[in-house]
Amino acid sequence: MEPLFVYPEYEIVRDRESCITCRVCERQCANEAHRYDEFNRKMLSDSTKCVNCHRCVALCPTHALKIKKSEDTYKLNANWTGDALNEIYRQAGTGGVLLSSMGNPKPYPVYWDRLLVNASQVTNPSIDPLREPMETTVYLGSKHAEIVRDERGRIKDTLAPQLKLKTPILFSAMSYGSISYNAHASLARAAEQLGIYYNTGEGGLHRDFYKYGKNTIVQVASGRFGVHPEYLEAAAAIEIKMGQGAKPGIGGHLPGAKITDAVSTTRMIPKGVDAISPAPHHDIYSIEDLRQLIFSLKEATAYKKPVIVKIAAVHNVAAIASGIARSGADIIAIDGFRGGTGAAPTRIRDNVGIPIELALAAVDTRLREEGIRDNVSILAAGSIRSSSDLVKAIALGADACYIGTAALVALGCHLCRSCHTGKCNWGIATQRPELVKRLNPEMGVERLVNLVTAWTHELQEMMGGMGLNSIEALRGNRLMLRGVGLTEKELEILGVKHAGE
Amino acid sequence: MLEGQFRNPSGCAISGVIDRSGRRMSGECMIRSISTMHDRSNGLGGGFAGYGIYPEYKDYYAFHLFYDGAASKKETEDFIGSHFDVAFQSAISTRKTAGVTDAPVIFRYFVLPDSRKLETRKLDEEEYVVRAVNKINTEIKGAYVFSCGKNMGIFKGVGFPEDIGRFYRLDEYEGYAWTCHGRYPTNTPGWWGGAHPFGLLDYSVVHNGEISSYDANRRWIEMYGYKCNLQTDTEVITYIVDFLLRKKKLTLGEVAKVIAASFWTTIDSKPEEDREQEILLRKMFPSLLINGPFSIIFGYTGGLMALNDRLKLRSMVVAERGERAYIASEECAIRAIEPELDYVRAPRGGEPVIFELNGGVK
Ligand code: SF4
Ligand code: SF4
Repeated sequence: MEPLFVYPEYEIVRDRESCITCRVCERQCANEAHRYDEFNRKMLSDSTKCVNCHRCVALCPTHALKIKKSEDTYKLNANWTGDALNEIYRQAGTGGVLLSSMGNPKPYPVYWDRLLVNASQVTNPSIDPLREPMETTVYLGSKHAEIVRDERGRIKDTLAPQLKLKTPILFSAMSYGSISYNAHASLARAAEQLGIYYNTGEGGLHRDFYKYGKNTIVQVASGRFGVHPEYLEAAAAIEIKMGQGAKPGIGGHLPGAKITDAVSTTRMIPKGVDAISPAPHHDIYSIEDLRQLIFSLKEATAYKKPVIVKIAAVHNVAAIASGIARSGADIIAIDGFRGGTGAAPTRIRDNVGIPIELALAAVDTRLREEGIRDNVSILAAGSIRSSSDLVKAIALGADACYIGTAALVALGCHLCRSCHTGKCNWGIATQRPELVKRLNPEMGVERLVNLVTAWTHELQEMMGGMGLNSIEALRGNRLMLRGVGLTEKELEILGVKHAGE
Repeated sequence: MLEGQFRNPSGCAISGVIDRSGRRMSGECMIRSISTMHDRSNGLGGGFAGYGIYPEYKDYYAFHLFYDGAASKKETEDFIGSHFDVAFQSAISTRKTAGVTDAPVIFRYFVLPDSRKLETRKLDEEEYVVRAVNKINTEIKGAYVFSCGKNMGIFKGVGFPEDIGRFYRLDEYEGYAWTCHGRYPTNTPGWWGGAHPFGLLDYSVVHNGEISSYDANRRWIEMYGYKCNLQTDTEVITYIVDFLLRKKKLTLGEVAKVIAASFWTTIDSKPEEDREQEILLRKMFPSLLINGPFSIIFGYTGGLMALNDRLKLRSMVVAERGERAYIASEECAIRAIEPELDYVRAPRGGEPVIFELNGGVK
């Protein structure tokens, strides 16, 4: 049954004066929202097809286009909002689960915006990053080691394997399949240039990218797509994906439309059929099973590579993390509920999980209380939007942050949240060759390198302001933060004082 | 608010001397040295540490305690009595000094752990002492152990350091090494325990600076059973050094490479062997890097170590004259007690300068 007509949320507005009917918008729009009317020699648009990805707006040579929030409205109702009604009309028409993508867009509190950073003065000088070294290098991995000396009294390297990052940023897991070949190429090459890492996600590793292995984290998820010895061997580290912030409790979902020949070969799955990872790992029903998988992967790679366990930020995240820290993992990645995704059931994306700020603070505190913070490094993920979010995350206790959405935005993503349709006009979340080629990897690399370099400079500025010249001295340094407009309870969980205290 | 309930940033003066032949000097020299830096203190805290001052009880732990009255003293003495054998105890004799007021009751005990208790606890002797001291300091209200090493002692209080030295009659003590501290806190500490040096066993730290890595260091070291009750830099630095030296068995030089680590770029240019060791130390103990301005004199049985933060954001010089070695915030503090020096120099940031008794401790 056809859903009831729903007036589009956004309208395409064309300035007829400036439009030169060059038909760029028509060619650029994979959703076919623009059309040329041969007879009247003018451009027409169909706003119902528009996903508001701004591709046409950005490319129109005369800037004749804009997209406007529609003024059409149902009778205003603070409870039964327009969205609530529209979603019911759609579901009543299709009987389906609502799908959406990217991160949770709802107005939940963003704690990053309620935290303020300190600066030194008088008793303690600030440091000028232009004139003094300002160290951002971090090593990730378990720091727990006994001091053992050789016969000459030198300390032996008994540390578990470590990942060296020139700056505390990694590109988070985004699978080949959910994003394009060119997007992966950009991430891999940028990671190599920056001295950091990118993450394959659960989609396996394309043959062409094995050469970036030393900057690659490979993922092992519940579907085990594309996992084989060579894949593990190629990587610098292995990540077991137990959960994802955007959709805690369920597995990955790659629509069949995105499963082309190359994707199917890389993932080792059939072409054209939806690839749905199981919700749990079917060999992990408890913490001791996870331990076994961690050690199987370590065995398979001769204990040379750190193993990361990625979990979604859910209510008992601290307890879960504490279990993982005792189970042989080297690094724990925590993904908050605003983290992005290529496809997720809308209800889960918008209602399941907790904010990364609270989860990160709770985990760091718990691991310290139990004296095991040293066993693991912590990665924070789930909507790190700027270098100041990064600074705050590190001060709360993260060793480094994963960025996913921010990296895609650098590549041109306009957060239209329609990745699941596979028709990304920016060449990112698509497998259609004519769209993929819109993302030029040369430029992609440059944009990613620029972004991370800019953030690193800003991080250095803020560190210098705080009187720090090493990122190690910022990690877990919660006295550098103050809360504004937070309740006692929120401050308690974040472990920070209120501004003015 | 009391010391320990908030962070109290301070500027400071520090000075130290050691006679490497082991010849003992009276505390008077330190009083003179620190008084030349009068303007670096503001009368809100001063203190001294002397090494080799208790030869007649050198095998006993010398506890120095502040009490706020008879009740806390009674409770503490019951505790000490049941956990230690006390060889000798007395009030620490003081002299009425203008500028030193509101002194607490100050006592000294020479003790050894009760051997049966030590046996059953299965702790090494030093750990037993540390835990007992922690227990008194956190659980007995109004009692505070401010010195607990062997053959050494800390003397401190609220006032200008030279007044505190005279108050404690330090001219009557003789030691082979001394350090002292004058404090310039930006808030008013009402409490004698908040003055420096800070000590743990025979370790003592005097420090000038304000570290910006404080909370990162504190939250890390507290995982290992230390409790930073005073919220001072000196306290957290002492615990870090104790952890690395006593528990992890690092050498002093290695400790310096952890807390004032060389920059990565400097490390990269070092010869292979040093490079490996320094990278390893930074990888093992990243959260114990101390950032921000500091200059410290770390005292221990048989030696003194001077160390600056790696950018050298605080002044500190070292000098030698024959067997005597000197460390101070300003050269004038050294010249005041030894006008003729073999040399005087400013160590580089992060460079540990270690002076020890010739042939070690006898
Ligand atoms: S791209 Fe701009 S100028 Fe070209 S047809 Fe579309 S609206 Fe007109
Ligand atoms: S990746 Fe493409 S489809 Fe997905 S939100 Fe960004 S612009 Fe839209």
